[in-house]
This record gives sequence, structure tokens and C-alpha cells, in this order.
Amino acid sequence: MFGQPRSPRFRAALAGTLSAGLVLSIAACGGSDDSDSDTSSNASASAIDCAPYTKFGDIKGKTVSIYTGIVTPEDTPHINSYKPFETCTGATVKYEGDKSFETQILVRAKAGNPPDLAIVPQPGLLKQLVATGKAVVAPDEVSANVDKFWGKDWKAYATIDGKFYAAPLGASVKSLVWYSPKDFKDSNYEVPTTLDQLKALSDKMVADGKKPWCAGISSGDATGWPVTDWMEDFMLRTAGVDEYDKWVNHQIAFNSPEPTAALDAVGGYLKNDKYVNGGLGDVKSIATTTFQDAGLPILDGQCEMHRQASFYAANWPKGTKVSQDGDVFAFYLPGKDATTKPVLGGGEFVLSFADRPEVKAFQTYLSSDTWANTKAKLSSGWVSANKGLDPNNLTSPIDQLAAKILLDPATQFRFDGSDQMPAAVGSDAFWKQATSWITGQDTKTTVDNIEKAWPKK
Amino acid sequence: MSIVTPLTTGPEITPKQLSASAVAKKKLSSPWASLAAIVIAVLWTIPTFGLLVSSFRPERAIKRTGWWTFFSDPQVTFDNYKAVFGADGGVNMADFFVNSLVICIPAVLIPLALASLSAYAFAWIEFKGKNFLFLAIFALQIVPLQVTLIPVLEIFVKLHLTGTFWTLWLAHSTFALPLAIYLLHNFMKEIPAGLIEAARIDGAGHVSIFFRVMLPLLTPALAAFGIFQFLWVWNDLLVALVFAGGGNEVAPITLQLANLSGTRGTAWQLLSAGAFVSILVPVTVFLLLQRYFVRGLLAGSVKG
Amino acid sequence: MFNTASTTPGKLLQMLAALLLFAAIMGVILFIAGRLGRGKNGDKWVGYIYLLPAVLMLLIGLVYPGLRTIYESFFDAAGNAFIGFDNYKTIFTNEDELTVLRNTVFWVVFTPFVATAVGLVYAILVDKSRMESFAKALIFLPMSISFVAASVIWKFMYEYRPDQGSVKQIGLINQIIVWLGGKPVQLLIESPLNTFLLIIVMIWIQAGFAMTILSAAIKAIPDDIVEAARLDGVNAWSMFRSITLPSVRPTVVVVLTTIGIGTLKVFDIVRTMTGGQFKTNVVANEFYSQTFRADNQGLGAALAVLLFILVIPIVAYNIRQVRQGA
Repeated sequence: MFGQPRSPRFRAALAGTLSAGLVLSIAACGGSDDSDSDTSSNASASAIDCAPYTKFGDIKGKTVSIYTGIVTPEDTPHINSYKPFETCTGATVKYEGDKSFETQILVRAKAGNPPDLAIVPQPGLLKQLVATGKAVVAPDEVSANVDKFWGKDWKAYATIDGKFYAAPLGASVKSLVWYSPKDFKDSNYEVPTTLDQLKALSDKMVADGKKPWCAGISSGDATGWPVTDWMEDFMLRTAGVDEYDKWVNHQIAFNSPEPTAALDAVGGYLKNDKYVNGGLGDVKSIATTTFQDAGLPILDGQCEMHRQASFYAANWPKGTKVSQDGDVFAFYLPGKDATTKPVLGGGEFVLSFADRPEVKAFQTYLSSDTWANTKAKLSSGWVSANKGLDPNNLTSPIDQLAAKILLDPATQFRFDGSDQMPAAVGSDAFWKQATSWITGQDTKTTVDNIEKAWPKK
Repeated sequence: MSIVTPLTTGPEITPKQLSASAVAKKKLSSPWASLAAIVIAVLWTIPTFGLLVSSFRPERAIKRTGWWTFFSDPQVTFDNYKAVFGADGGVNMADFFVNSLVICIPAVLIPLALASLSAYAFAWIEFKGKNFLFLAIFALQIVPLQVTLIPVLEIFVKLHLTGTFWTLWLAHSTFALPLAIYLLHNFMKEIPAGLIEAARIDGAGHVSIFFRVMLPLLTPALAAFGIFQFLWVWNDLLVALVFAGGGNEVAPITLQLANLSGTRGTAWQLLSAGAFVSILVPVTVFLLLQRYFVRGLLAGSVKG
Repeated sequence: MFNTASTTPGKLLQMLAALLLFAAIMGVILFIAGRLGRGKNGDKWVGYIYLLPAVLMLLIGLVYPGLRTIYESFFDAAGNAFIGFDNYKTIFTNEDELTVLRNTVFWVVFTPFVATAVGLVYAILVDKSRMESFAKALIFLPMSISFVAASVIWKFMYEYRPDQGSVKQIGLINQIIVWLGGKPVQLLIESPLNTFLLIIVMIWIQAGFAMTILSAAIKAIPDDIVEAARLDGVNAWSMFRSITLPSVRPTVVVVLTTIGIGTLKVFDIVRTMTGGQFKTNVVANEFYSQTFRADNQGLGAALAVLLFILVIPIVAYNIRQVRQGA
């Protein structure tokens, strides 16, 4: 039982994390030459300054449990990145990866059996967990690290009722469009820098007899979520970041004009028979294509563009070269004009349920630049908005691109909106209605129904 | 049972040859009946067969072409099985295997024993409130496992049992009881009352009747239910997820399998190989125990 | 002994200890039962003591959570405010929830009967045949497959690929449609077809259960009855109707009931194959979504209570059986 291949709100959990195993599998990628397993283990064994952690007391022989939705093979770089901490403090970290993390963590917290630490992929879930009363406020050392290494907005996502609970861990960039650099070059297509150019490019591809876009939103019981990402991205562009914030916090209704216009703009792409669904069928086929498979037609030239986050890098089959001059790469989904640069993204947070010294020490380690750099060297397909992260430590071109976007001063980063909305909307009505919308329901009914599902206060 | 009709009308076509050979035999010797059996068997096996074939195909082939393409363009690889056994992932399948066995054995034996006692009481002992109690237990089958998760976990937390096998043994045993009692009760009811009365006249109490008369007669039923309970426990993910939570020491093989598909859930090639590894034990158990109930529930013993 | 065992010998030892402890408890129960059995009204007390451990476990493990669920069903999403029957009102007025109810009816009407019919027919057909063991194993196989695996298996049956250039079908059913000259169909989107396609998966799994139990019942038909009928010159069809079916009727009821209840509770198939989208949702899955995903504990509880209510007809039918049997 319970064997669903998708845990419901996993998507941001995917965000920062690709595999060490994957490093092997995409060894053909540019930039991965320095990330073979030997150097990885050397990196993990490298000594770190232990002072920040031993000051919590002698934690030798103690155990910290950490519970996450990150499973094989992505768990390996995580586990390895804990080794410097374990070596220097003598404490043990017990890692538990579970695909059903996002429902199980709630059950465990409610029943009084939480782990020491949990890697929580959404601010919404974080709120629910804090509401159980079992979570513990982050120690001052962690708070200081976050002040030092992260933007204020990141700290705000994990601050509930004025109390700061959880340090961010990884981040992902969702405003990306995957394409085939080779095909673009052969067909003389240019990477667009404004939304209008994107539309013009799509039309040009149609004129060339191609289906420009491929998409897929099937994802088990989380089916529909990729549409929410699309809509958020267009909300950021057509209405602007301020309206976006209001929309996410329900200061404007879900069915008010701006969100409706944003969804219609998405419809201009996803519900446009001329644009979709390259290699996959008609508009409706978007609903049954798994999000993992949706970009693959690019490899066969059946589709030109696929909007999906940086973590999609892991979905290309073995041997696919993911780089600027490789088989596939991604460009930034352009802003309304070339000067604005809104970026939709996700990330995870480390929430604590225990205040034992060893737990605090480990939390502090995870919020440090030391850990971020250790992790960067170990894994491919992982980025963080940690300012202490040296981009040179990132191993793959797509990670470097993501880091570049995250660190660009012009970037207006916004966290995935559905991850912050109440669960009844963000992980239920929004998904369901978005799926119905793809299979034929009109925009007005869709936004009206989602508005109706918003919990009344 | 109208659906049965078209399928079994086959034998009617040859309504003669009445006394010579066994009617049962004749049914099978009828080409239509054999055909019907083969059709059902093929229909039921094709989906699994597709999985078996897929488990030996390379990832790219699985995702691009149907498994039947294998016969025109055979590409065989053992990579999927290698990956399942952790050739490069370092996952020790053997540990999870042991866990599953350690979970299953008590989780099958305990409810079987408790349910046979209860079923016996319901079937052959008179006491006040019997019918009500029986129906109440029967109706408990409907309580979805999910509503019990938080309350029962709270109890385990208070008893400091979380993260041990005890939670799984107790939880599986409890959840199995309503169906086990219901099924075993129905089997026990069918044992001729004369057998029990004869034993009582000989002065046997309920304890000795239970052991000397019931258990031997019930072997096939116990074997049948034992298989089902074994399967359910072996394939269970939910109970293990919630109650065993805390790491790999107690996690069963299903948990490892569920995670095999990777964080993104696209690794069907691993899933198909993993599924076959996990099927091996239940099917072996079925084949081993089958002989117990193939003999028939009461056949022989009643007459003797 | 109550700690987490982490080594293989440790685990096996703990298992052994648990089994010994359990055997000891059983011993005590039987000992007391033996003593009580001798007294006045002894039978009654034996009955109670036999039931004691099971009833205790059920009270804690199922009755208490069940009652708590009923209580929670009258509260709001967060479980704070009493809202009376509002959750139930939602279930019976919301359009989506009504679809959920309709689908659940489809499931409960079709799955038990078809699965039992297939299981019964197959059990009769292969009974006493040379390949019986093997033939049964084939039908039994789906039962031994976990839902994770089943979802992959059926993906290879129902998957859709478009009718475009070099794209090949990977789902067998669409491939057959294409071979026959048709266009591939997005099977899992078309309602209500999709609900029936999901029901087929459940029937595929449950037929093995029906077949196993019914086969045992068929073999229990005393040989002399069969022999007598045979001497009377009964043909196969009459044999089925007047001997086999009446003899296995009680077992058929048991099988129908068990599969019926199992079907009411099914959620894995729907969750993994469509996620309850495209109008395929059922009560058990909606309950799970509301409770664990949409954070609406009250509505989730009300849906669970609805399951309790839906089982009442099945219970009522079994009450009649019990009365008749008594």
C-alpha cells in the first residue's frame, strides 16, 4: 500500500538535489570532469573548523536524526556532506529518506514522534508543522548564519509569528526554459530576452512547421502542479512582483483580473493547439504526460522548448550532454521586457523538533557556508542561495547558470506561490482545477473554483 | 452470477457421455472450457509478463517503445537488476529482506492464533452478546487504516515503542483481526456439528476440542488466510512507513522499493526489476502452502 | 527486548522473544479457559476469555480511532470549531464530491461481482486439471504484487503516445488499437471509461483472492454428492447450478463481502494511476487527500465516516446470514 510513486508535495524537495549517482550517469557533461567519486570522497573528508560546533558542548557519540523526502540516489551527496561534521565532532547523523515525507512528517509531528530535524520543502508545510506545537525555534547561531549568508526574504519565509524557525538549505530556479542549443543554432533561432520575443519565436517555429512547446503535468496525486508554476511565472511577469505577493497572500482574490489575465496568458501557450504538444499529442495530452517525460521530445527534435525548473537536468537520459553547447540546456524565461528579471524558485528549510546540543550544532553546520561549499563539490544539480557559496565549486553548467541567476543583483526572487498558499488551495484545489483547465474547463470557472476553495478565516 | 453464464455454457455443447468419466474431467476435456481457462489465464498474465520483459530492457528502450518490441528487436540488459541489488548504489537489499521476514512471521502467526480462538468462540460457544459482538468486529473491517495512524502512533510513543518491530507486529496483528475472525468463523461454521458434539460427549472441553478437532480440520483455511496475511504484510508500505519510522533498522523491503524509483519517480526500469525481486518470496510461499489447501477444506476428514 | 534491534541476529532474537512471549500469553489464556470450562456456566466464560485478547486489541487499535474520527467529523478543517453537519453537507452538495460518490458506487457494484465470477469460473475450470497448481499461480500472481509495481504494470497497458511521426506506443491497449487501424486514445482522461479501466486493475488483483478461497470450497464438496449427481447423468451446467453453486454459496458470500469492503477502502490504485483527477476520484482517496494533503481534517473524517455508513448494507446482509445460520 501507499506505493504512490509521487509524494504529494515533493516538488520543491526535488529542488536542490540531484545525485552523486547522477554525476556518474551524466559524466559526459561538461564541467563534471572534476566530480568523479574519488575527488568527492576527498572533498567530504576534508577537515573543517570545528569550533562553531563544539561550543555547544561535547557531543561525541551523540546521534542526530534527520528526516527528508530526498531518496536514492540523491541522498548520497547529502549523507556524504555530513561527514566533515561527524568527523570533527564525533557525533553521528542518522539520515532517513522517505518519498512520503510530506504526509508522514505531519503524522509523526502530530502524534508526538518527530525526528530531530526535518528538511521541509515548502513554507506552507513549515507553517503546518509549527502549528503542531512540536517544532523548536532556531538557535541564535543559526539565525546569525542566516542573517549573514541569506537574503531577508529567505529568512522571512521561515519566520512564523515573529519567530525564526528554519534555515534555508538549497534552492532551485524554476523560471527556466529547456531547449536544444544545437537545434536553435541550426534553425537560426535566438534565445528570447522579452516575453514578446518568446511569443514571436514560438510563432516562427509554427511557421517552420514545428510544434514549439512540450509540456506535461501528470504527477500522481500531485498532478497539475507544473501548471501552477507556469501561472506563477506569468503572474510575476504580466502583473509584477507586488501583485504577485498580494495574490499569494490572498490580499487580492484568486479570481481577480490580474491572476485571471496571467492564467489566460499561460493558456496562450499551453492551450494553443499550434504550440503544443510536441511529440506528445494534443492539448489534452498535457494532462496525462508525466512531468518527467514532458521535455524528452526535445532530444528527438519533436519539440523545441520545455519550461521546467533547474532540477529537470536530472531527467535527461544517460549520456545527454547538458551544457550551453550540448544536447540540451536552459535559458531564463524572459521578463516582460529585458530590464525586469523576476525569478520563480523554490527551496528547502531545516526545521528542528529538538533542542539538544548535538541537534543545534548540526543545524548550525547546515546553515553555514562551509556546508554549502562541501555540498556543492559533492553533487551535481544542486544550488543554494547561500551567499557564502563559491560558484566555482558548482560542478555542472546548469547549476552555474542557476547560481548566476540567483546571485544577479537585478533578480527579483519570489518563492513558489502555491507552496505558500494554504494546503487546501496550494496542494489541492489549485492542482485539481489546473488539470481540469487543461482538459477543457474555461479560465473563469477555474479561478472561481480555486477562490471558492480558499479557507475562510 | 449472470456473468458466469456465458463462460460456462461451453460444456453444454457436449451434453452426452453421461456416466463414463468424471464430469469434472469432462468439463476440462471440453475444448471450450479449456479455451476459456486459457483465455482468462493469458489475460491475467499479460500485464505482469510485460513487466517481466521490461525489467530486462534498457531504460531508453522502455521509455521509447512498447515491451512487445522486445520480440522483434531484443535488447537484453541486467543493469536494472544490478542496480536493484545495489551494485553501484551501495544499498544492502539483504538487510531489508531480513527486516521484512522478521516483520512478517509474527505478524502472520499472532493474528492467526488470536483469530482462530475468537472464531472458535463465535462459531461453537454460546454466550450473551455473541451475535452483536461478531457483527461489530466484522464491521470494523471498514475502518480505514489511515484514521488509525495518528491515534495508534500516539499510543506507541507513550509506550516508547516507536522505531521497533513491536509497533509493526502489534499494528499488523490488530488490523488483520476483523477479516481473519470473519473468514475463519465462516470456515469453522462449516465443520459438521456432529464432530463437536461427539467430542463433547467424550468429555472434551473447549480447549481440547479446539486443538484436537478444530485445528487439524482448519489447516487449509489457516494456510489460505496465512498466505493472504503474509502477502498483505509483505507488501505493506503504509503501516511500516508510519510506525517503523526512524531509519533502516526496521524498514521492510517495500520501503526500499518505493524509494528505488528515485526522488523523481521516473526509474521504471528499476521499479520493474525491483518488483520482480519482491514478488519472489510471496509466490514461493504461495506455491509451498498451496498443497495444504489444494487438498480441500474438509475433504477426507469429514468422512473419516 | 523492547529496543530497536539493529543486527540480524539481534532482530531474529527479538522476533523469537516476541513469539515466545506471545506463546506464553496464549498458554495463560488456554490454561484459564481450561479451568473456567469446568465451572458452572463454564462455556460462557471460555467464550469471553477466548475473545479477550482480540477484543482488547481491536478496542485500542480500531474502535478508539474510529470513534475519534466520528467526533472529528463534526469539526472544522483545523479541528477547533464545532460545525455540526457542515462537512457532510459539503460531501452531498459539492459537485466534485458527488462525482466521488458516484464513482465509489461503480467500484463497489462491479469489482466484487466480476472478480468473484472470474475467480469462481476459473477455479471450476482448472479444478483437478493436470496443471492446476501452475494455472492457479498465474491468477494468484497479481495478488502478490505490491501497488507500486502494479502501477508500473498498468502503465505499460494504458499509456498513451500520440499518433505522430516516429512516436511509438508503449501501452499495449493503444498499440492494439493502432494495429487494428484506429487512433490512439487517451484512455485515462475519458470519463467514465477511465473509472472502469481502474476498476479492471482492482478486479485483476482480487480475482486471485476469490479463486483461492472458492477453489478450497469447491474441493470441500463431498465426493459422494458429486458422484451421485454424476450417476444421475447430470451435465456440466446443471452440475454447476445445482451442486457446485449451492455448495459454495456461503463462501461466495464471504468472498463478495470481503472484496466489497476491500474495494470501498481502495485508494492506492486511484492515487497512483490518476491521482483522482479526470473524474476518477473515490471516497477513500478523497479522504486521504483531504486529511493528509489539503489539511482539512474535518472533511477527511466525515469522508471516513461515510465509508463506515456505506458498509452498513453489507453488514445488514451479513446479519441476515448470521440469523439464518443460527
